Amino acid sequence: MTTAISVKNLGKQYKIGAAETKFRYNMLRDVIVDTVSAPIRLAKAMVGKSDRRMNQNFVWALKDVSFDLEEGKVLGIVGRNGAGKSTLLKILSRVTEPTTGTVTVRGRVGSLLEVGTGFHPELTGRENIYMNGAILGMKRAEIDAKFDEIVDFSEVSQFIDTPVKRYSSGMYLRLAFAVAAHLEPEILVVDEVLAVGDAEFQKKCLGKMGDVAQQGRTVLFVSHNMSAILRLTEEAIVLNKGQLIMRAPSQEAVDFYLSSGQSQAGERMWEADEVPAASQPFTPISLKVRERGGKVVDTVRSTEPVMIEFEYKLDSSITGLRVGLYVSTMRGEYVFTSFDTDDAALFEKYDTRSAGHYVSRAELPGDIFNEGRYSVGVNASSFGVRRYFMDENALAFNVDISGAPGTQWGEPRVGPVRPRLNWKIEKIG
Amino acid sequence: MTEIKHEPATVYIKPSKGLAALNLRDLWMYRELIFFMVWRDVKVKYKQTLLGMAWAVIQPVMTMLVFTFLFDRVAKLPTEGIPYPVFAFTALLPWGLFVVALNQGSRSLVAHNNMVTKIYFPRLILPMSSVFAGLVDFAIAFVILVGLMFYYQVTPAWNLLWTLPLFLLLAIVTALGVALWLSAINVQYRDVNQALPFLTQFWLFATPVAYSASVISEKWRIAYSLNPMAGVVNGFRWALLGTGSGPDITLWVSVGISILIFVSGLFYFRSMEKTFADTI
Repeated sequence: MTTAISVKNLGKQYKIGAAETKFRYNMLRDVIVDTVSAPIRLAKAMVGKSDRRMNQNFVWALKDVSFDLEEGKVLGIVGRNGAGKSTLLKILSRVTEPTTGTVTVRGRVGSLLEVGTGFHPELTGRENIYMNGAILGMKRAEIDAKFDEIVDFSEVSQFIDTPVKRYSSGMYLRLAFAVAAHLEPEILVVDEVLAVGDAEFQKKCLGKMGDVAQQGRTVLFVSHNMSAILRLTEEAIVLNKGQLIMRAPSQEAVDFYLSSGQSQAGERMWEADEVPAASQPFTPISLKVRERGGKVVDTVRSTEPVMIEFEYKLDSSITGLRVGLYVSTMRGEYVFTSFDTDDAALFEKYDTRSAGHYVSRAELPGDIFNEGRYSVGVNASSFGVRRYFMDENALAFNVDISGAPGTQWGEPRVGPVRPRLNWKIEKIG
Repeated sequence: MTEIKHEPATVYIKPSKGLAALNLRDLWMYRELIFFMVWRDVKVKYKQTLLGMAWAVIQPVMTMLVFTFLFDRVAKLPTEGIPYPVFAFTALLPWGLFVVALNQGSRSLVAHNNMVTKIYFPRLILPMSSVFAGLVDFAIAFVILVGLMFYYQVTPAWNLLWTLPLFLLLAIVTALGVALWLSAINVQYRDVNQALPFLTQFWLFATPVAYSASVISEKWRIAYSLNPMAGVVNGFRWALLGTGSGPDITLWVSVGISILIFVSGLFYFRSMEKTFADTI
């Protein structure tokens, strides 16, 4: 067996905080001073002596990662948001350069990160196939040869000579995916695209990925959906804070990921190095999911209310702060968004929050969630002014539906909510 | 189903150090993409416009009419015996190409940031294809010039006409050179977007488009030709209309500056290229 990908001591350092300095204006005076000094700053920047460089923070998005992957294997990559999964894929597909280390890649890397890149709304489906194919590195002869196949796969043959701006989003996506799927690279990189599109289309995508794997191509598959990882990969690596902490058969890796501290078991703590400097004066501390009895849990019952608790600290007072939750399914569909000052009375009362230690709690009533795993994201912002902190995937919890409406049938129900509706049955004839 | 076999090429990915190599091999491999990008730009440019391709004619013609009114009727500038409309239009051809190429090229990286952050391809393709796309408008405007010359019965300088493509090349190299610099800077400092309209305007004044280069006094000639577009415009008039004295030291100064901008732009672009996806 030959090695398809060989990664050695790979590291990627990012600068952060450079852009944020721009938004640190507190007073008109600052704005004026900044404007007046702008030409000097520009001159300094041009000769490479930017004063911003001083207060830039550096983070290692990827640090000392090494692994080899044999040709024809399917490797799953799991990890929290910010663990370095996307950075790794970006380096492998040569979008960005590593800071340290080397990668040897045998063959063309095609990535499903780039579905629809280069699509122009004014061009027809046919024209976009050629355009997109060329961007993905296909030769014209290659696109000619696969054209019919691509059109068939996309199911938009009827509209192939219509500008894609007239397409529905589903048609657009199908066409885009069809081109990417027919690139036939030696190495395919898939990042969460399965989260988009309808169920039938997703099935098709997974099928295509399976085909690709069976043809002896190498596949790297990144997902937050553990069941997809288990179904499609034999082996997986776990990334945590940019480091590779485990490589094992998928079942073992997924178990480890779900059970280790970072698996987001009902509780999420932020350590100092996980909070970007730009979030100041807001510092997140923890996010917890509690069951009715107050215990922090990973699995809640659909029929019972759940408490979500977000603890944070303010180093100085903030006007108009709102702290909120996003709840979404593992496929990335939002279920709802809610902020702690949604209530007008609370909004008045907490117009300005002084420095201090806070907790914002929300009780989610029972009979909301359907069976499955849900992700909770947090956000702290002043509307229209600034976003202090955001973690779209801070923690996840499972919902158990025993006792929920309709469970007497044992069939899976579609949709993320499972409300207890007040049904009335009347005989009217 | 036709299988297209290609031996998998091995790619080594590592941090690049110092002066980046130009990597022309990759550019050659992606040559079809340049063609497709140009084709797309041309195809899309006049979509959903009422007048369509007519815009490629209207823009230079309207400018020519305004110039004729201002500089011929009002200011009565000398034109070395050529009817002013023809005199101005001959210069507006390369100038129009240059302006479009400079502006589109300089904005090309930022305009295509979704491509830059998602896919690998030689980034040089973006400014290059933006510059080449301007050639289509140039060709259309050229037809108008031929019509104008007929109408005013200006005989072209047949013996010099073969030099025209060389002057066109000089315009392209200059535009691409400046676009390489500005597009790379634009990735980090969007000030370029703000500065472009000024730059274009000042550059127009410094180029003998509306007036004849003969009004520049002898001792300023060399300094004046530091602007490569002055060389291009004079060259166009010389090759098409036979005005001026033809290539002399000033042209070589223009050519030298143009090559300097282009080559330095190429290396600057390549050295910044590795950070494009991170900073854009």
